[in-house]
Amino acid sequence: MAKLVILGGGVSGHTTATFAAKWLGSEHEVIVVTPNSQWNWIPSNIWVGVGQMKKEEVTFDLAPVYKKAGITFIQAKATEIHPEGSDTIEKAFVTVESTSSGSEGEVTTVEYDYLVNATGPKLNFGATEGLGKGSELGEHTVSVCTAGHAVHANDKLKEAIEKMKSGVRQKILVGTGHGLCTCQGAAFEYIFNVEHELNKAGVRDMADIKWISNESFLGDFGMGGLHMKSMGFAVSSKIFAESLFTERGIPWIVGAHVNKVEEGKVHYELLDGEMGEEEFDFAMLIPPFTGVDLKAIAKDGSDISDTMFAPNKFMKVDAKYGVTDYNQWKASDWPSTYQSSAYKNIFAPGIAFAPPHPISKPMKSPNGTVITPAPPRTGMPAGIIGKAVAHSVCDLITKGEDAELHKISMADMGAACVASTGKGIFDGTAAAMTVYPVIPDFDKYPGTGRDTNHTFGEIGLAGHWIKHILHHMFIYKAKLKPGWTLIPE
Amino acid sequence: MALKEERNIRAYTQNFGTMTPGAFQKKLRTCVIFQFIRFIVINIKMLIVVGKSH
Ligand SMILES: Cc1cc2nc3c(=O)[nH]c(=O)nc-3n(C[C@H](O)[C@H](O)[C@H](O)COP(=O)(O)OP(=O)(O)OC[C@H]3O[C@@H](n4cnc5c(N)ncnc54)[C@H](O)[C@@H]3O)c2cc1C
Repeated sequence: MAKLVILGGGVSGHTTATFAAKWLGSEHEVIVVTPNSQWNWIPSNIWVGVGQMKKEEVTFDLAPVYKKAGITFIQAKATEIHPEGSDTIEKAFVTVESTSSGSEGEVTTVEYDYLVNATGPKLNFGATEGLGKGSELGEHTVSVCTAGHAVHANDKLKEAIEKMKSGVRQKILVGTGHGLCTCQGAAFEYIFNVEHELNKAGVRDMADIKWISNESFLGDFGMGGLHMKSMGFAVSSKIFAESLFTERGIPWIVGAHVNKVEEGKVHYELLDGEMGEEEFDFAMLIPPFTGVDLKAIAKDGSDISDTMFAPNKFMKVDAKYGVTDYNQWKASDWPSTYQSSAYKNIFAPGIAFAPPHPISKPMKSPNGTVITPAPPRTGMPAGIIGKAVAHSVCDLITKGEDAELHKISMADMGAACVASTGKGIFDGTAAAMTVYPVIPDFDKYPGTGRDTNHTFGEIGLAGHWIKHILHHMFIYKAKLKPGWTLIPE
Repeated sequence: MALKEERNIRAYTQNFGTMTPGAFQKKLRTCVIFQFIRFIVINIKMLIVVGKSH
């Protein structure tokens, strides 16, 4: 009997665990170690953040789902990986610290034959002074990165709306809270939802809404922008995004590294070196992401984290690291098996793997401050990679150590994204986008780097309906309801 | 007199270089019949991308 341990029950870890449990059956053990008792459909946190959904609509308890799937569920956070075992434990194992009520802080070990690190991002609020401490959100701004954060964001937004109703003008700032942030898409969706809510509440004219981000141009999205087919043109996402902001009367600050947040004010540095300040009454700033705080320890007890993890704490896999010159970047630098470069029985799908480099062109201010979006690894790639890793691990377990690994690179993978505004069936709209491939391949698609037959963007109710359907479909799938395997990632 | 849809544009400001949808384009975005057709088209397009990615 082989033991497969999956760290992280988010989008990619849950996908790996559920498929592996289905394919391996009861002959082998699948264990999920994750700190939360609930699964969260993170994209719908945006709607929670404007009060259009309740936390309960975007989360569900993991324990009954894992019980049904025959998966052992350990509510804990992993703190150390011991890939060679230790003096006292022969087998490879992970050290975990319980987060379950009643046993919080209890440390135990979990042995494994195969390990999947799907721990996603650490929300690194602490990287910006005043934005928070470590992974804890600070007191000046709000976030929508977790369902709990989104509930808090909505409370604060409602307070601002009440003030506007009583005649007090409010400044609203939405975007990224550091020069190295990713996930601009989430902030993008949030700002339009906030604007929609203000319109609904009849107070739009009482608000000055502003966007601030580390993208060098609006519509970069951490993907170096994209060109989409529209009306017979290959239209840049810059035009697409600027059009959306202009239509709603929202000005933008781009190329900004937010370096300090205080009560009612952010301080930032721009790509041209200029320093600025922006006041706010309500601000939602996405934090930068790093890998979670996981250490790797060798058999002799020495710390080998540097071997397994990149400096940003994401796990090093089969990518081509070290190519720093943008002009030398190739689509083939991106990993395809997600197997750890140090240990063949460890994999890292989703956000947990260390990307070889950004997708957007690296930029620095004259003061030497790097202001470059980190590459996004959104839900669809996280799910697809999670499933490919499940395939690989199941083959290694059932066919032997020489089994061929399943390959899927973000350079051969597309992503579908729907940024919705509002939640009503007839009064919302959405920007529905697909991009193919996620990583631009300038050898295959000279010019835009992408296949413009499969990269498109469109605004309207249709995308909005799709967003609703995706919400219900993915929660249905994650709950392993009948036919769940037929729903694509 | 400026059309309602164009009122946010200011000469030589950051939004002077983009495109703004007119009234007809905006109507299409919420026209249920047109959007129903687009719903089918977008779904097919997305499914093709999903298919190419697996
Ligand atoms: C507000 C917001 C909106 C978004 N909207 C979209 C969207 O519309 N479309 C889209 O495609 N993507 C969207 N994304 C991105 C999407 O949510 C991520 O791509 C996806 O969740 C990544 O999956 P993952 O499994 O790598 O990480 P996660 O889903 O974050 O899962 C990581 C898991 O690991 C757990 N974990 C953390 N530390 C440890 C530890 N030490 N030990 C064990 N477990 C640990 C976490 O609790 C979590 O359960 C959005 C993201 C945000 C923040």
